[in-house]
Amino acid sequence: MSDYKNIWVFIETAKGEAKNVGLELLNEGKRLAQVKQEKVVAVIIGNNNEAAAQVAIAYGADQVISIEGEEYLDFNADGYTNVMVQLVEKYLPSTILVGATNNGRDVASRTATRLRTGLTADCTGLDINEDGLVAWTRPAFGGNLMATILCPATKPQIGTIRPGVFKKAEPDASRTVEIIKEEIKTPVEMIRTKIVDTIKAVGDLGVKLEEAEVIVSGGRGLEKPENFALLQELADVLGGTVGASRVAVDAGWVPVQKQVGQTGKTVGPKIYIAVGISGAVQHLVGMSSSDTIIAINMDPDAPIFDIADYGLVGDLFEIIPVLIEEFKKLKAS
Amino acid sequence: MEILVCVKQVPDTAEIKIDPETNTLIRAGVPSIVNPFDKNALEAAVQLKEAHGGTVTVVTMGPEQAKEALKECVSVGADRAVLVSDRAFGGSDTYATSYILSQAIKKLGNFDLILCGKQAIDGDTAQVGPAIAEHLGLAQMTYAAKIQVNGKKISINRETDEGYEVIEASLPVVCTVVKSINEPRFATIKSKMAANKAKIEKLTTAELSDLDPTKIGLKGSPTRVKKTFVPVKRESGVKIKEETDRDTALKLIEKLVEAKLV
Ligand SMILES: Cc1cc2nc3c(=O)[nH]c(=O)nc-3n(C[C@H](O)[C@H](O)[C@H](O)COP(=O)(O)OP(=O)(O)OC[C@H]3O[C@@H](n4cnc5c(N)ncnc54)[C@H](O)[C@@H]3O)c2cc1C
Ligand SMILES: Cc1cc2nc3c(=O)[nH]c(=O)nc-3n(C[C@H](O)[C@H](O)[C@H](O)COP(=O)(O)OP(=O)(O)OC[C@H]3O[C@@H](n4cnc5c(N)ncnc54)[C@H](O)[C@@H]3O)c2cc1C
Repeated sequence: MSDYKNIWVFIETAKGEAKNVGLELLNEGKRLAQVKQEKVVAVIIGNNNEAAAQVAIAYGADQVISIEGEEYLDFNADGYTNVMVQLVEKYLPSTILVGATNNGRDVASRTATRLRTGLTADCTGLDINEDGLVAWTRPAFGGNLMATILCPATKPQIGTIRPGVFKKAEPDASRTVEIIKEEIKTPVEMIRTKIVDTIKAVGDLGVKLEEAEVIVSGGRGLEKPENFALLQELADVLGGTVGASRVAVDAGWVPVQKQVGQTGKTVGPKIYIAVGISGAVQHLVGMSSSDTIIAINMDPDAPIFDIADYGLVGDLFEIIPVLIEEFKKLKAS
Repeated sequence: MEILVCVKQVPDTAEIKIDPETNTLIRAGVPSIVNPFDKNALEAAVQLKEAHGGTVTVVTMGPEQAKEALKECVSVGADRAVLVSDRAFGGSDTYATSYILSQAIKKLGNFDLILCGKQAIDGDTAQVGPAIAEHLGLAQMTYAAKIQVNGKKISINRETDEGYEVIEASLPVVCTVVKSINEPRFATIKSKMAANKAKIEKLTTAELSDLDPTKIGLKGSPTRVKKTFVPVKRESGVKIKEETDRDTALKLIEKLVEAKLV
């Protein structure tokens, strides 16, 4: 097992552009790699990886492995798994970090199964233990419990990590490192799923939750879909985006892509504003790693106040318009 | 169409409380339910059966009491219910669980479609569906918000960050579903009574004689839960409640400016 070394980060791309979560993982991967005196390696699968490779290097990759091919233009579990498995067998990494996105979980599950190794899901904390193994910490039972998981007997150790939990490094565009280009083809007949169309979500999604620095989330307290316009206005002034609790999504007020929590997205923005959200544990598990949390709720005992840095007790319909007005003034000054 | 649905019996995590003395989960008295996403998977299966004919088989791996979950599935349209249960399966992680389930599926017949929920609300990994697909050598179609079958072709709307991808494949496939795919139907008193008398088949290591013993249970699981603990809560900060809501809002602005957050 000692042949296995280096920490790989799967850099997920969309239309050639690296998603944030991969860049976040490069930074955390680097920390782990330093403990082990190993390298953090960015692995990019796509059709044209040049731009993503440069970004990965700027954000800290010590090496890039790039696999290009038309069959990888869109994510597909068959093709991406084929590439990952072949790369692992050739280079023997000790650890692979994958963003816990829909695509990331798909390729990680299949790759780990094919390699007959362990996969820890949706981690929020990583460390190296006294035996040099990765200690993967993750929430389970809807955020009620944390578990630390090891993969002691097989390699590589693989984990998916929730977006927004770790911070990106400051990019350094002057770095240059080795880019290894591997030729790995996947025959068309091996790719059994085909994307035939894409459908935009109803309504304007704006900035993606995982990429936003400010998120203004609304819950049942918003009462009806039209009231989300108020949150959108606040988000716009702050250069952020709108999120929601499951209640608001289930009611059809907001598209499902906006749900924060156990069965939605994890986010870690600079500022998270929870409006008319009670703070159920399933919601908290998706946003408690935000830098600053502001909560607006008229119930002084709402659990959201237990974790909020600033807890405003009052009626959101009175408070939000004032905030919009004041932030506008601040911005103008 | 022959459809198989994997269902898991889970504790109702919305009812889970933490024992403040011991800092552990209080599981006693927490009701066991059918994993919510698996109800959606079953509903999707029953709708496909209604449209195309065929049968719906439900399978669960778990202890004897998981029969209750299976009966609930029968009460809302499953034709055949199978419990996969053996002490040797205890402690299985997603690798071992998906391996055992895939061997059970092979034993049960040839299925055109294998459905799973997007994730179980206790383990929360979302790994078992894709891992079953891998063990069975089938294509996977995940996070389906809509499923359409036309002859041997299947098309799904897969949830993405921007909306949905419409994906096509040829059956058989493994497909996992999200909540928005449908509203699961409710059982009637009559269907519940009938389900209570339904025969539940059982598969153990005796029936699954081809199981590789090195791939099951705790021994066959590459991951190990080293420890569990209650999450450390963030510290709460200041609460602001002034005379009027307007003043409350202004106070926040003042504090944010003070802290240089805006
Ligand atoms: C398996 C499972 C998975 C789940 N996954 C998620 C998930 O991913 N994300 C998620 O969010 N939830 C999830 N939930 C649901 C979660 O348990 C809660 O039900 C949900 O988060 C509550 O949403 P809410 O806070 O909007 O509504 P409520 O709990 O009803 O809270 C509404 C709040 O608004 C306040 N309010 C009302 N009017 C006003 C006003 N005018 N001004 C100020 N405040 C006002 C009220 O005081 C109240 O606190 C999940 C549940 C389960 C069982
Ligand atoms: C605290 C804790 C943390 C854990 N973390 C990990 C981890 O990171 N990695 C890991 O490999 N294992 C982990 N496990 C073990 C894992 O929870 C079990 O293997 C579990 O049986 C399956 O995983 P899941 O609940 O996450 O299911 P998921 O993969 O989330 O379930 C997806 C779907 O698969 C089907 N399915 C799942 N289980 C069954 C079943 N028993 N019978 C029938 N259908 C089923 C259902 O359709 C379900 O909707 C953990 C266990 C605990 C207690």
